[in-house]
Amino acid sequence: MDLTLLLFRKSKEVTMQRSRLFMWAAAMAVACMPALAQKTTSQGIDEYRAMLQDGNPSELFEAKGEDLWKQKRGPKNASLEKCDLGKGPGVFKGAFVELPRYFSDTGRVQDLESRLLTCMETLQGFNATEIAKTPFGKGEQNNVTALATWIAAESKDMRFNLSQSHPQERVFYEVGKRLFFQRGGPHDFACASCHGEDGKRIRLQDLPNLSKNPGDGVGFAAWPAYRVSNGQMWGMQQRLNDCYRQQRFPYPGFASDATIALGMYLGVNSKGSASIAPAIKR
Amino acid sequence: MNKKTAWTLAALAAVVVAGCATGPSVSELNAMARQVAKASFRDEGIVKADKVLNADETNRLCSEADVAGQALDEASAKRIEEINLKAIQWPSDGKFLGDWKQGEAIAQSGRGLTFTDAADVVNGGNCYNCHQISKEEISFGTIGPSLYNYGKIRGVSDPSSEAAKPIVEYTWGKIWNSKAYNACSNMPRAGHSGILNETQIRHLMALLLDPNSPVNK
Repeated sequence: MDLTLLLFRKSKEVTMQRSRLFMWAAAMAVACMPALAQKTTSQGIDEYRAMLQDGNPSELFEAKGEDLWKQKRGPKNASLEKCDLGKGPGVFKGAFVELPRYFSDTGRVQDLESRLLTCMETLQGFNATEIAKTPFGKGEQNNVTALATWIAAESKDMRFNLSQSHPQERVFYEVGKRLFFQRGGPHDFACASCHGEDGKRIRLQDLPNLSKNPGDGVGFAAWPAYRVSNGQMWGMQQRLNDCYRQQRFPYPGFASDATIALGMYLGVNSKGSASIAPAIKR
Repeated sequence: MNKKTAWTLAALAAVVVAGCATGPSVSELNAMARQVAKASFRDEGIVKADKVLNADETNRLCSEADVAGQALDEASAKRIEEINLKAIQWPSDGKFLGDWKQGEAIAQSGRGLTFTDAADVVNGGNCYNCHQISKEEISFGTIGPSLYNYGKIRGVSDPSSEAAKPIVEYTWGKIWNSKAYNACSNMPRAGHSGILNETQIRHLMALLLDPNSPVNK
């Protein structure tokens, strides 16, 4: 389909969705009188979530990502169609639910976004280090996010099945586990402070327990996701970055080993759970 | 940076794999995790990587127990609680309670100390993120226990009375340094770690213990 046309159609949907959101907000303001409050709020949130399902702007980013995969770009004027995401050059279906994994050509364990940087450097001649240094939402970072969104979408409803056969994959899982439980900073927070128990929430936000398999479409199985609250498409790297920000931790480098190890821990824990990425979030 | 870490890790893993068919030991994995963290995180804004990653003994031992999936052994827990108890600073003027209204604002605020925050941001207590406190605020978290009716349930009718003293002191101590009473508590050490100052903690104390606070209605 013509991309411009698709984008136009989708942006109209987004506008419509936004106006429904405002209507919902107005309805909520009226409904949230103290006496009814608790029940009404949770019901309202359920309705709001259901409403979000019938139009997910991440489709815009999927279309952009697919286009970027095929487009000849970069100093080498090449496409990414020979990129090996772990299942052989050019195979993108099912790749997402097996990442992170060990790659013998780089000698590293890599997640989707880190692997995309490798392909953009080797095939297209981009400078991966420069892209990794670029802030989220700027320049080539936006293209990495779109590509990750499309590749994730190509594995939608498939079940996570990360490899633990290479010694480095096992080391990354163990390192990721230690990072997950690492307390620190002024608040002594670890990932586990919020995501280590069942049935907890922060304010009204439900918190998945990520120290074990949280089930289909939860946690690792939901990102990349479109965030309605800020109108942004986020990959897993940005999601982890924002977790660490809220944890009062320092800045985790984009595609750094810490983020990949953490992804390995979350991904292996999600074994057998279905991916719903790209999801839509509040 | 990434390449360097990868090489270090690869080298480490290779040595370990060559030496031992069952994989690296716990202490070797701990060392790798430290190395990966050091190479992956950088200073940003007001957050200094070294300071966060070099955890004190309390955080180090609790993290290790969490990884092992076990509670911290009793002797270590007791020792950590003693260290933290000793570190509590009691109110300099002997005054424990401030203004509950200001306490409510501090309990509501989750601001401060992230790498996107300016240094002059007034830090919040983050209390409602994890606790129910007043009945009016329905947007509360459940990681910590409900604090609704905190003073009332504990029979505090006059916080300045002799009878209320143990509860008043415990509450101050718990907010100042939660690890003094539970070595691996999820709760931050608000006073000890410089999140809140004495005045702010007095206001939170009033929110929990003042009979006129909505918490005790």
